[in-house]
Amino acid sequence: MKEKIVNIKNMSFSYGSNKVLDDVSLSIEKGDFVGIIGANGSAKSTLLKLMVGLLKADSGTVELFGKPIESFNEFKRIGYLSQTAREFNNMFPATVEEVIAANLYANEVLRGRFRRKNHKRIDEVLKTVEMDGFKKRKIGNLSGGQKQRVFIARALVNNPEILFMDEPLVGVDLESQNKFYNLLDKLNREYNITLVMVSHDIGVISQKVNRVFCLANGKVYEHDLKINRNISLDIMYGENMNMLYHQH
Amino acid sequence: MFYYDFMRRSFIMGIIIAMIAPTVGYFLVLRRQSVIGDTLSHVALSGAAFGMITNTYPVYTAIIFAIIAAFGIEGLRRKYENYAELSLSIVLSAGVGLASVLLSLGNTQGILSYLFGSLSLVNTDEIILVIGLGVVILITVFILYKKLFYMAFDEESAYLAGVPVKSLNLFFSVLVAVTVAISMRIVGVLLISSLMVLPVAASLIIANSFKSGLMYSILFGVISVVIGLIASYYLDLASGGAIVLTALILLIVTIIIHSKKK
Ligand SMILES: Nc1ncnc2c1ncn2[C@@H]1O[C@H](COP(=O)(O)OP(=O)(O)O)[C@@H](O)[C@H]1O
Ligand SMILES: [Mg+2]
Repeated sequence: MKEKIVNIKNMSFSYGSNKVLDDVSLSIEKGDFVGIIGANGSAKSTLLKLMVGLLKADSGTVELFGKPIESFNEFKRIGYLSQTAREFNNMFPATVEEVIAANLYANEVLRGRFRRKNHKRIDEVLKTVEMDGFKKRKIGNLSGGQKQRVFIARALVNNPEILFMDEPLVGVDLESQNKFYNLLDKLNREYNITLVMVSHDIGVISQKVNRVFCLANGKVYEHDLKINRNISLDIMYGENMNMLYHQH
Repeated sequence: MFYYDFMRRSFIMGIIIAMIAPTVGYFLVLRRQSVIGDTLSHVALSGAAFGMITNTYPVYTAIIFAIIAAFGIEGLRRKYENYAELSLSIVLSAGVGLASVLLSLGNTQGILSYLFGSLSLVNTDEIILVIGLGVVILITVFILYKKLFYMAFDEESAYLAGVPVKSLNLFFSVLVAVTVAISMRIVGVLLISSLMVLPVAASLIIANSFKSGLMYSILFGVISVVIGLIASYYLDLASGGAIVLTALILLIVTIIIHSKKK
């Protein structure tokens, strides 16, 4: 059996009295490319934040790399791209290089050392996302698709084993979207990075990923892609779905 | 003008403050927390008043009051998670209320110089304190620069990259508190947050990188203080006001030049 990178058991989560995830269990294995879909407000972002430890579950367990999320601290093994990452003020004075470097130096006790090695690494990831030449550019002046690739580069700079992305393609033009999927394909196949991507573009994502989780009414269902790659809208509302890991 | 000892002292203090206020302000502005400067300065005023009444050195009591307030803000922020700015208003009210009561209690005639800033009465102890704390603040920011940058840019990602966000937030509030308390003497309570914000506002217009943004902020701060202090000496103006008006003019000129270039 493959290594379980994410393992969630009987997890529930509420915002105040609003229970948005109810007794959810799922696991993600090494090499998976997982799509998470669901209507607006179906708690996709919440689920992702619970997976990386930005939120703590009310009950149940969440494990990352076999460790309880509460004690997980191997931050270099994960990359996370939040839904709000690109919502920074365009006036924010920061170059592409500074944004990516932040991830490299975050773990060092004092100011960053090993500068030459780090410069090389930044050049490498910028090349991976086809953004070489943009190193000194102000990030606020880039297009939506370019920004998104910079954030992917930032997430990749520490060689993570798993990459979590929350709706990375919102506001990105079609041509950049295709490029983006090609990049993800490369990361998944060549670099063997496990990918978890939230999207509301069901049509496209079901063609690209090897597993799909659908969120509806606080539950998570896995759609069997072997049976049907064309996911229709009704699954958003929990019809024609098989419950994943039935708990009774 | 440097013939007078007090002018030399205020100049040295002024330049230190001109460097730390925009440095700390830079991070505050980028995190949309620039109001913290205002809140803490009002609490620092009540601290200064307390010092006068109890015959303690007012800058010391101001520092202590401001640090307590900084912790108070962080504590309240957790209570009112979704209304974070409420914590600022609460502490601001506490500061102003306390200050006005304390001022009515005893001999606090000197308080006016803390409101608008003053050049006189800066003694050697004070200057050593300001230089010492100022250097500590600058070195600390230099050491934590990359982590503070990450937190300002994207706090969630910073946390997930291993930056100890919670403790750094608290630590940074203490830096702000100390900055406010030691700046109060020259710039004045009412104008400290202007010195934290105006040079940064000008720098954001022209900066293309985080590093250059910080450099420009400090540069604008120093220019404002130098010109402001000279003007206040020769024209007999309140130093804080002269400094802040200079900073404002610099900001306006920067905006005009920049929009002409486009
Ligand atoms: N910080 C929050 N406080 C309270 N309710 C929240 C918060 N964040 C999200 N919610 C609510 O939780 C539900 C799920 O939100 P979210 O995970 O963002 O959904 P999605 O990403 O699928 O659109 C929504 O009903 C939303 O209103
Ligand atoms: Mg969402």
